[in-house]
Amino acid sequence: MNDFFILMKPELMIALIIFILLFIKLGSGFLNINLIKVIQILLLINFISGFFMNAEGQLFNDMYSTNELVVLQKNILNLGVLLLSLIFTEWFTKCEHMPEFFILILSALMGMFFLISSGNLLMFYLSLELATIPVAALANFHLDKKVSSEAAMKMILSSAFSSGIFLFGISLFYGATGSLNFVSISGLLDQSPLQLMSFAFMFTGFAFKMSIVPFHLWTADVYQGAPIPVTSFLSVISKGAIAFVFVSTLYKFFQSYSSLWYSMVMVLSIVTMIIGNLFALRQENIKRFLAFSSIAQVGFILVGLSSNSIQGATSVIYFVLIYVFSNLAAFGVAGLISFFTEKENISDYKGFYQNNPFLTWIFALALFSLAGIPPTAGFFGKLFLLSSGAQNGTYLFIGIAAINMIISLYYYLRIIRAMFMDKNENPISKLELQTTTKIGLIICGIGIIVTGLFGQVYDYIQHLVN
Amino acid sequence: MNLLILILAPLITALAVLMMRNNNLVRWTALLGSSVQLILSLVLYNVFNQARLNGQTSQFLFEQDIPLFKSWHIHLHLGVDGISVAMILLTAFVVIAGVLMSWKVEKMTKEFFFLLLLLSLGAYGFFISLDLFILFFFLEVAVIPKYLLIGIWGSGKKEASANKLALMLMAGSALVLLGLLGLYMSGGKTFDLLKLSQIHLPLITQQICFPLLFVGFGIFTALFPFHTWVPDGHSSAPTAGSMFLAGISMKLGGYGCLRVATYLMPEGAHEYANIVIILSTIAIFYGAFATMMQTDLKYINAYSSVSHCGFVLLGIGMLTKVAIVGAVMQMVSHGLMTALFFAVIGMIYERTHTRQVNEMGGLLKVMPFTISILFIVGFCSLGLPGLSGFVAEMTIFMGSWEHPDMFHRIATILACMSIVVTAVYILRAIGKTAMGPLKQEYSDLKDATWNEKSAAIILMVGILAIGLAPFWLNELVSPGAEIIMQKISASTISTK
Repeated sequence: MNDFFILMKPELMIALIIFILLFIKLGSGFLNINLIKVIQILLLINFISGFFMNAEGQLFNDMYSTNELVVLQKNILNLGVLLLSLIFTEWFTKCEHMPEFFILILSALMGMFFLISSGNLLMFYLSLELATIPVAALANFHLDKKVSSEAAMKMILSSAFSSGIFLFGISLFYGATGSLNFVSISGLLDQSPLQLMSFAFMFTGFAFKMSIVPFHLWTADVYQGAPIPVTSFLSVISKGAIAFVFVSTLYKFFQSYSSLWYSMVMVLSIVTMIIGNLFALRQENIKRFLAFSSIAQVGFILVGLSSNSIQGATSVIYFVLIYVFSNLAAFGVAGLISFFTEKENISDYKGFYQNNPFLTWIFALALFSLAGIPPTAGFFGKLFLLSSGAQNGTYLFIGIAAINMIISLYYYLRIIRAMFMDKNENPISKLELQTTTKIGLIICGIGIIVTGLFGQVYDYIQHLVN
Repeated sequence: MNLLILILAPLITALAVLMMRNNNLVRWTALLGSSVQLILSLVLYNVFNQARLNGQTSQFLFEQDIPLFKSWHIHLHLGVDGISVAMILLTAFVVIAGVLMSWKVEKMTKEFFFLLLLLSLGAYGFFISLDLFILFFFLEVAVIPKYLLIGIWGSGKKEASANKLALMLMAGSALVLLGLLGLYMSGGKTFDLLKLSQIHLPLITQQICFPLLFVGFGIFTALFPFHTWVPDGHSSAPTAGSMFLAGISMKLGGYGCLRVATYLMPEGAHEYANIVIILSTIAIFYGAFATMMQTDLKYINAYSSVSHCGFVLLGIGMLTKVAIVGAVMQMVSHGLMTALFFAVIGMIYERTHTRQVNEMGGLLKVMPFTISILFIVGFCSLGLPGLSGFVAEMTIFMGSWEHPDMFHRIATILACMSIVVTAVYILRAIGKTAMGPLKQEYSDLKDATWNEKSAAIILMVGILAIGLAPFWLNELVSPGAEIIMQKISASTISTK
């Protein structure tokens, strides 16, 4: 019983917070408290508690398993949600149904936790659904806006579709192997056509969630229509979780298929990078821009994933950590601008530096990190992804990735140029930020610098992967 | 001497500058920081010489090895030999001159100096690192400051030039990255320069990685046909930006070509030497003739930089000890000279508000100091004995003449002939600027201010020190070049 509490601590903590929020919601008529502060403190406690009393083990007949690496992955996601709540303080304070918002987001987070920990296909499917459906509801949170409903609709339809494909894959697997347990399945893999087909279906289901090209078509519209905290959640935390799952399933359970998924991942990676980059070049709306740029980033994650080595797994996890900092900072600044001024076009950013130097530097730092330019952590992250990918000796592949880095630099520089260099008669006036927002952004900024320059972070992750 | 200071000094200065609120304070802090850098580099030179005199013969002195990413075997491995000391001296001279020349920057002063110092940090780090990953890191650290310096404080079509520069340099670094990964994978999973230099890399690796690395670094140092960012970037940059670009940043490429590409892959160097020579001869000639057509002073110096940097690559491509020493000397000499040239152009432009040669005239009468410097730097550029340009180019020619065959002879003769072209455009440009009747609107121009004078004098000292007494630089650089040559000649024996 004690085991149960210690092993499931991350999930239980989230469940506890959800309950607290439900009670707060019930009492909100006569409670007069600064709700967002309470939530931030709860999330902070949750994040800190992730570092203590961690154990390794299985529960429920191997349906749930955890170890130090899994705990680290959950901590990274926790950190993401904490930063999200800090950065978007302004948005949340104005939000009418804040408790519901967090209840939904935390439910999705809990789904992701179970997803990372699950050792059984059924469990896997259930947690995937838990991680998706609340997000679709969140996408519709701007109840008065049409685009928001459209985004929610697109999201729910495409994820239902992908879940269907995924479920089909699972059932075929059950038919082929007679088991739903990962460990026993991985012992029974024999590359028979039925198994290969079910593997491909499962892979497709994931590719949808991670918006890998050609399964990316929902991404830009949903990102644009959904409220920006939801967009950040989708692009950072949701993608990060799926990347973790990719690492653990492909590297552990489908290891015997590695020659097979290696080429699959490689082709998808090339297509994803190129399409994401080329579309990002032409975007005017910052949310769509970030949507396509994050598709391109997924392509880079796949480069590291393709290496099928310890280094590959480490560099993917490391990159996700960096990606949390950089992308949240980028979405944060874009979100603040859109919240205060309703401006979402890159051309509106002209002369932004004049009145908002702090936000501009944070944004610039985040964009440099996304582009992979030193001294930001993104440089190290991308370099390690490419180096791990190069271990298989496919230099052409790495060369294509390197070319894509240059293309991506071009469009990231577009924003930098608009903010720093272009002249504007009436630039965006100074945004009055709350302290917590600043703290959130500063943490992101520090994270972007420190994660890269201190190699211990990487070595620690590698130690856990080993 | 602890080499980390060389990185920390600019870093601390840069951070201190960011904290300042008062523009004047920012300037003085930056000046203080860059003087500290200059002092440090002189101390380093001194200590280095002492150590050599005391019989320390190891290839690199003051080595330090701090593990950074253990799982990738990446270490913060620092160390200097004569070549790097020479480059560090150059950097320190140009940095302090650049800071002095930017005294009048009023727009976003704090950010300006911050970026300048960040750029110098990248250069120092690059020259002292012995781990190729760290070297690459510092190479890229220097790119974004350049982009912002040109894009924000530049003139003319600055955004386009800044974009062009950033993208071309990033393309160069992408090639470097691929080359480095190739070395890493086939060289026993290490980025360490010393370890890699002891391994005999497979021939196929050298054949693939040498062009990647040489072209990658070559883009930084205006290797033909990848020189196109040079004229636009230099002419759009603010004065200090051009000084840093031409004086320091282009030298990163030359140093990389020599230290990484040629030193680690001697057989590759042999194989591609002829192509390198052909390309650099074209660059020398093309740059010289392109300069003839220019009327804008900055473009004149930018194109002539293409030509002069061609000499650096020519020296490296010749693969003889003397030529390599000459190449390093040319890097130092050209760095000082071109920085001074851009500084003078900046001074003139600030007063006349034009850079067109045709619109000036007789400026010697009103700005004697500035224009005298212009004369000296022009003579240095065309290779007048007694100034640094002559020493460096002469050494390269002597080195390349060691090859008895027709091909090298022709390349050498062609390169020599370009000096005539240089003389034509330099003398014409200076003559039109300085001599002739003085225009009415320029009659009450003021001569250089104290900061401009000191910047010019600092750089002049460097030029004269090399020009009048070249032996100290020669002695500093020769042992390093000797070691590179030993590796190259060993490889010829083994291939024969």
